Amino acid sequence: MEQNNRLINLENISKEFDGTVVLSDINLYIRKNEFLTLLGPSGCGKTTTLRIIGGFEYPTTGRVIFDGKDITADPPYKRRVNTVFQKYALFPHLNVADNIAFGLKIAKMPKKDITQKVGKMLELVNLQGYEKRSVESLSGGQQQRVAIARALVNEPEVLLLDEPLGALDLKLRKGMQLELKRMQQALGITFVFVTHDQEEALTMSDTIVIMKDGRIRQIGTPKHIYDEPKDAFIANFIGESNIIRGTMPKDEVVHFCGMDFTCVDFGFEKDEPVDVLIRPEDIHIVGTDASQLTGVVRSVLFKGVHYEMIIDAGGFNWKVHSTVMAPEGSRVGLSIVPFNIHVMRLQKDALPEEAAP
Amino acid sequence: MMGMNMPQWGVWAMALGLGVFLVMLFSSVRRHHGVHRSLFSWPYSLWMIVFTVIPLFLVAYYAFTNKAGQFTMENFANFWDSNREMKMQLSGMGFDPAAMGMGARGTVNVDTLVYSLWMAFLCTIICFAVGYPAALFMADRDFKLGPILIVLFIIPMWMNFLLRTIAWMSLLEDNGLINTLLQQFGFKKLKLMYNSEAVLLGMVYNYLPFMVFPIYNALSRQDKKLSEAAMDLGANKVRTFARVTFPLSLPGIVSGITMVFMPSVTTFFIPRVLGGGNTEMFGDLIERTFLTADNWNVGSALSLIMMLLILLSITLLRKVDPEGEGGSLL
Repeated sequence: MEQNNRLINLENISKEFDGTVVLSDINLYIRKNEFLTLLGPSGCGKTTTLRIIGGFEYPTTGRVIFDGKDITADPPYKRRVNTVFQKYALFPHLNVADNIAFGLKIAKMPKKDITQKVGKMLELVNLQGYEKRSVESLSGGQQQRVAIARALVNEPEVLLLDEPLGALDLKLRKGMQLELKRMQQALGITFVFVTHDQEEALTMSDTIVIMKDGRIRQIGTPKHIYDEPKDAFIANFIGESNIIRGTMPKDEVVHFCGMDFTCVDFGFEKDEPVDVLIRPEDIHIVGTDASQLTGVVRSVLFKGVHYEMIIDAGGFNWKVHSTVMAPEGSRVGLSIVPFNIHVMRLQKDALPEEAAP
Repeated sequence: MMGMNMPQWGVWAMALGLGVFLVMLFSSVRRHHGVHRSLFSWPYSLWMIVFTVIPLFLVAYYAFTNKAGQFTMENFANFWDSNREMKMQLSGMGFDPAAMGMGARGTVNVDTLVYSLWMAFLCTIICFAVGYPAALFMADRDFKLGPILIVLFIIPMWMNFLLRTIAWMSLLEDNGLINTLLQQFGFKKLKLMYNSEAVLLGMVYNYLPFMVFPIYNALSRQDKKLSEAAMDLGANKVRTFARVTFPLSLPGIVSGITMVFMPSVTTFFIPRVLGGGNTEMFGDLIERTFLTADNWNVGSALSLIMMLLILLSITLLRKVDPEGEGGSLL
């Protein structure tokens, strides 16, 4: 039954451009009505993956299955997906209404229906009265809405979005994030969203796919990926983190900063070198007597909701988030509960600087 | 007669212009501790005033005066009836031109103008029909031969236009390359030169790049995402071209048409070489009137009429593309 729910299946996809491998061995399924985000740094292959789903690139190997049918070789105009392009790609020679009506006119829909549907879409994206405006006279946020309306008016089964919010300022972006999520839920359409902004991915997604160097590194819900990142790269990429090199002397004990700490992880070889992740908000500042580590506050930054302090303890500069400030230069104790110590297997190509022993 | 001939005038004007420019430059540097940017437009403005604007006024002056320097519309009447001057001379000598069978209007000038416009129109149409597909291929990044095609279009432009035209003679002549080859293979000789078709061929050959490059520019600057967006919205390749690629290349087309039609209408030399005098065009007529007939007044009137026609056609074109690069070229 899980199988029936799969709308898109990418099977063993790889892609080469002139001998350069940009995607290798991508296996991924996308469920109906899911908000799935492809997340990763630039050049990780996320946009290429999206373009393969849209039909703008053809994979070197592998298959794209849509609703049980192999569509690998189909051109874009035969696919039941629509795309919101990065920087929108609105037609500059057409006004707002004609841009939105483009797909409907191609489909030879009666004029009356087109007018009605375009009107409805303008309402959905909050642009009533803009029908006759030139798209070039619109602000970035408005162009964005036209691009979304132009895609959604065709009632696609899947909407592909290629970094659609990248060009907007912070406040507008936050607003659009909520709006997109609302539309996706209201219309019951599958969204495949590409971004390099981890916060955006955490806010909007049902499922996050983390990519790096043309490979999928981890797939999971936002919470799962934040709490249980598979390796140091992902931990660093999603949220803020302290990552320190350590070893596992035995199950549920991890050794770093010259001390043994109780943790909840197991299944490692004896004394296997590991990366230890501790989120800044999981380190508590306590009195020096009750603490596991003691150190000196190096710097304090006010971040609005909390303070960010760099505390030098056990030979490592810990990033600590707390609503209570410890003054610069003061001596403090640090305490971490076992549940918040996350042990990860080493990933050879993803060593952050802080993890050096 | 004035003690100074024309080339010397030109040198003096340039020296004057440069002097004025340098004085402005230094005084402005002293006053503002910096140079205002508009100052750099002075050399070009001066150049245009001395060598384009003033000559234009001279042309207008000549067109509306007679040899004695008095205001007259005679020159335009002479354009309409090319036999007019001769008829007046005859009547002046006491003859009756009508009785001598010379009463009819001389239509050479008007016919030449109509012929020139027709040839320019054909040349523009052919250049567009040939040039647009070429530009389309050149602008297609997936078409590997595109850059080679561009070079092939540029190389002939390195050669002088007279040479290029004369080169066609050795191809088209009665004993030229094509006819020699035809005979080798047992075909009859063809009459390839000294007709309108040969003139048209020469014009298309010379003006084709001016159609191709503006269109190529417009097409290659087009965001590839736009045609992807059209395909994404269900348009196949033909409809993507018809609804997005072509409409967005209109500014390039307008520009190309302008840049081919204008020189086509005023073409000279090509008809003389490839048309052999059977096919005089308006450019040749103007040249002949100035230099052979030594009539600067009628020649200026002809130039003015030509200019008005070109201005009219450009205004019409601008209506098609109000803010495109066709307009900005002018």
